[in-house]
Amino acid sequence: MTSELLHDQQKPRTYSFDARPHEPAGAKPAKRLSPARIMIYSLLFVATLYYLLPLYVMVMTSLKGLPEIRLGNIFSPPMKLTFAPWVKAWDGACTGLYCEGLKVGFWNSIKITVPSTIVSIAVASVNGYALTNWKFKGSEVFFAILIFGSFIPYQVMLFPLVIITRELGIFGSLSGIVFIHTIFGMPILTLLFRNYFMSLPPELFKAARVDGAGFWRIFLVILVPMSLPIFAVALILQVTGIWNDFLFGLVFAGLKNFPMTVQLNNIVNATQGVKEYNVNMAAALLTGLVPLSIYFISGKLFVRGIAAGAVKG
Amino acid sequence: MNSIEIKDLSLRFGEVEVLKNLNLSIHKGEFLVLLGSSGCGKSTLLNCVAGLLDLSHGQIFIDERNVTWEEPKDRGIGMVFQSYALYPQMSVRGNLSFGLKNAGIPKAEIAKRIQRAAEILQIQDLLHRKPAALSGGQRQRVAIGRALVRDVDVFLFDEPLSNLDAKLRADLRVEINRLHHRLKNTMIYVTHDQIEAMTLADRIAVMRDGNILQLDVPSQIYNRPINKYIAGFIGSPSMNFLEGKLSAGDNPSFIFGDERFDMSRYRFDGEGQQNGATTLGVRPEHIRTGNAAQEMPISRNIVVEVVEPMGSDTLVRTHLAGQEFRLRMDGLASVNKGDNLLVGFDPAQVSLFETTSEQRL
Repeated sequence: MTSELLHDQQKPRTYSFDARPHEPAGAKPAKRLSPARIMIYSLLFVATLYYLLPLYVMVMTSLKGLPEIRLGNIFSPPMKLTFAPWVKAWDGACTGLYCEGLKVGFWNSIKITVPSTIVSIAVASVNGYALTNWKFKGSEVFFAILIFGSFIPYQVMLFPLVIITRELGIFGSLSGIVFIHTIFGMPILTLLFRNYFMSLPPELFKAARVDGAGFWRIFLVILVPMSLPIFAVALILQVTGIWNDFLFGLVFAGLKNFPMTVQLNNIVNATQGVKEYNVNMAAALLTGLVPLSIYFISGKLFVRGIAAGAVKG
Repeated sequence: MNSIEIKDLSLRFGEVEVLKNLNLSIHKGEFLVLLGSSGCGKSTLLNCVAGLLDLSHGQIFIDERNVTWEEPKDRGIGMVFQSYALYPQMSVRGNLSFGLKNAGIPKAEIAKRIQRAAEILQIQDLLHRKPAALSGGQRQRVAIGRALVRDVDVFLFDEPLSNLDAKLRADLRVEINRLHHRLKNTMIYVTHDQIEAMTLADRIAVMRDGNILQLDVPSQIYNRPINKYIAGFIGSPSMNFLEGKLSAGDNPSFIFGDERFDMSRYRFDGEGQQNGATTLGVRPEHIRTGNAAQEMPISRNIVVEVVEPMGSDTLVRTHLAGQEFRLRMDGLASVNKGDNLLVGFDPAQVSLFETTSEQRL
């Protein structure tokens, strides 16, 4: 009886504490959605829809048969699901004279992208390193000229480069197109690497010199292992850039080595016969698949690397 | 024999002359501290000795060998940096062995040297760790170890303790001191911290604007600074400066305001006394109070204006004949704002500077 009484007496006290729930104490409560937030999210949602809609239409069209496409309902999902357009795009679509599909172009693009990426990154990283740590007389001017190169529209240089590659005997060959991609990757990649190496403490380089390491040993043993993020950025930049390239592939690669983008164009812009929209859509999606998957896999790494290059420390 | 000799060294970056015709001889086994505020060229000078910067003019000799055009690795130096500059991808052992591997030293010898350095610096348990897993003090030990394993005659320290907290700094300072006594190497140590300079140095070179102002043992730098800049730079709290004029003669005296201080006990330098505008410098810690002040040749009454108790001692701010004046009292002294206080000092302990040239008289 007494204990109950005591219990009752204590109760009001607890209530009085609870009666002031807005007294700040402990963990901060999560904020509820404010009207401004709702606005932002709905705007983002609409924007997302807007950008995803064409992709949706492409995927749907590529999975339909031609009779169904002729009905004109581009937003409706396929009534009869078919993968035949994908198979045809990969294996049998006609690009110009040959009807072997995109797979030839796919392997050509691989053959162009892999060496171009490796060579351009290798050269540009050494460039950036030398411009940062082994300054020579006029290195700043050299760098300025290099950066200026990235502002010139490259169509201007097309014809001189055709002559240069012809004189070098590499016009219309695989090494020719690799050479071209290496040159055009140089300004932006050098800038990227230079900025990154600039952000590393210069004492590290000095310590390595006192330790007797030379130009290559400092670069390969000390700097490269601590620069993997920026190499990832350069890799993404180059792979997507070179894969998506159309103009250089068309001009410099030669008939046998046309990359996927050129072949895609040949398929889509074919003027003979029926327009096979479903095959065209499938071919376009196939071509875009490589850069797309790279962004998906390494998006986070990409952002981190860009930020690491931009912000000191 | 001189371990390091710098002759007529100048360094120019474009139009800017960073080092101006420096001459410096450092004895074998000497601990020389380059002291100065930031931008005075002390680190630049060290980089020149290390071979990391090319000179515009002059020569550098290390162990009687002209190394002016030599690569850093061929100069027989080891260097420790403020930011540690450890190779982040390598373990401590990798950091220590990197230079030795580059020099093509056999594995057994490398292991032996690492063992020895690790023992001296007490980092045996850390050898397998990466620098990121070390504390600041441990990192700096490893950085010192990297210089140690090179087995060289000359160590160069570029503000090695500036990135550490106060307690650790004091500990490592003692350790560097011990290391120097044990190894007996020549060491050049760059710092802006006067306590490090005073405690570690055999000799201190005070630098300013690319010149060496004074090169002397710490007690001389402290007691007989050759100009007003050094006098104000060394010592904390810094020296009091009273502007006045000197009247020369058999009983020279310093006159300022209505005051007249008898300077006959002052030891004049070089050209001796001369009439004219003069600055009198007296260190706050050389000022006595109370009974002790009465025994001093010069004593005056002042009114306490600000009291700053710092634990070990108490800083008192006041004015003497209209000029700002600080003095340091024992931490136990009870003194309050508004108190009347008798202060005194000995002219033998002060410094007199010619006001315009700021040179010591």
